[in-house]
Amino acid sequence: MLCNLCNKNQATVHLTEIVDEQMSELHLCDDCARKKSMEMEQQFGLSDLLAGLVDYGKQISGTDKGAVPAQCGFCNLTYEDFRKIGRLGCSECYTSFSKYLGPLLKRIHGAIQHLGKTPAHYVEPVPVKMTKATKQMDAAELKERLQAVIEREEFEEAAKLRDMIKELEAKPRDPEKKKKGTAKKDEA
Amino acid sequence: MKLNDLLNHVGGWIKGSGPNSDIVISSRIRLARNLARVPFPHWAKKEELEEVSRLAKSAFEQTEPLQGNLFLILEELDSIDKQFLVERHLMSNEHAIRSSQKALLVNEDENVAIMVNEEDHLRIQAMESGFDLDATWNAVNAIDNRLSELLPYAFKKDWGYLTACPTNTGTGMRGSVMLHLPALVMSRQINRVLEAIAKLSFTTRGLYGEGTQASGNFFQISNQVSLGQKEEEILGNIKGVIRQIIEQEQKAREALLAEHREMLEDRIWRSYGTLKNAHIITSNETVELLSMLRVGNDLGIVKDVERGLINELFILTQPAHLQKLENKKLSSNERDVKRAQIIRDKLLH
Ligand SMILES: [Zn+2]
Ligand SMILES: [Zn+2]
Repeated sequence: MLCNLCNKNQATVHLTEIVDEQMSELHLCDDCARKKSMEMEQQFGLSDLLAGLVDYGKQISGTDKGAVPAQCGFCNLTYEDFRKIGRLGCSECYTSFSKYLGPLLKRIHGAIQHLGKTPAHYVEPVPVKMTKATKQMDAAELKERLQAVIEREEFEEAAKLRDMIKELEAKPRDPEKKKKGTAKKDEA
Repeated sequence: MKLNDLLNHVGGWIKGSGPNSDIVISSRIRLARNLARVPFPHWAKKEELEEVSRLAKSAFEQTEPLQGNLFLILEELDSIDKQFLVERHLMSNEHAIRSSQKALLVNEDENVAIMVNEEDHLRIQAMESGFDLDATWNAVNAIDNRLSELLPYAFKKDWGYLTACPTNTGTGMRGSVMLHLPALVMSRQINRVLEAIAKLSFTTRGLYGEGTQASGNFFQISNQVSLGQKEEEILGNIKGVIRQIIEQEQKAREALLAEHREMLEDRIWRSYGTLKNAHIITSNETVELLSMLRVGNDLGIVKDVERGLINELFILTQPAHLQKLENKKLSSNERDVKRAQIIRDKLLH
């Protein structure tokens, strides 16, 4: 196989790049690999060869920019920064940019559900959707939320919402009836 | 333990022992970990990184297998020392080049190394000699479990460990196996093998000798996907691929012996002869010749030299090692002379 850059020498270094959200292979000869890595080192370092070439979210960002915060509220990194440097700013960026990152992770890894280990003492944070306000929502509102959550591919959240909807629809909504029901139970 | 103590021996991962060590040099696994709600190193302020380094150091001191290990603040090291650590595969080039607020923990056997404030807050690595990803995983997993009790890791249930680059998100794990495949290279089958590997979403890199010079016979194969599979599953996939490559290299070695024995023996003995007699030798030539000597040793053609010694020579003949052994800065020409001298000394006893 010949080097993709000079098309002269045998390729000995094989890299995978992500350009425009497409995976592609890059086969380089020793000389070109060295030149390339030196170029990158000045800017980032060898390990960033992959990240430096990434241009994330080109198609998505044009369409519905307003729906997603352009900046991480915790570290102030903008989505534009991320596209330029190929790295996120902090752990909270994963929440701030989750709408873009879901599809991106899917493209990179072919999956979006972590199945590996969990840190010791890890406690799942109480999801926002389980607050009192959410509990008072009616089934129609919850269904709307469910739709949004499914679009964001937050399947676990979706499952929770689905259960809540089921529960609501099974129970009568009239508080009077509810009270009676409870009273009866107490008597029994 | 001091940095210069490392010079007296080579790391446990390169001693030339372990399963399939005729073809597999080493197995390594690294885990990328970050602290929650602290900007990643490239985006953090100086004080935040100093705090990460302080928290990491304190956690290392409370982690049994890491107690008493070498903890190096990279800004305190000169460029030769930093290059020396890169040559020993204990840290990345990136860690050496931009060393502000960076640190490195190394254990005495050099089979555990943790980079602090590299691309991620922590890059926990374990390595073993030969083809032994299970032992490597057990070592790195135990350290990670303990550290996760002490440090607030950035983690989301659905996406796993959160890393600076989304290519590492999930398990944050990269398993790598370094292979010596001279027969596949000589018989021109290597590209076919590497193309097949790339299709299975594994990454292949050459092993870099001096600076960034590649040597054709060494290949490091790693997983690319880190999300959506259990760690054991990812390692299982790597093992499956590596087993196939080992088998192909074995077949290629047998075929070379059967069909081109004279040519092969000639190349091996000429390589050995040059190594034992040269007075000036470049790093590139050294890697090529040592590679032939190693395969000669693997095939039982050269019997009077140990595999561990050949491995040691790969490490010792690199530029920063030569300069540390000589205890002064050497020009490129001076290094070529010193390199030849060390090889002669070691091979002629
Ligand atoms: Zn080229
Ligand atoms: Zn952020």
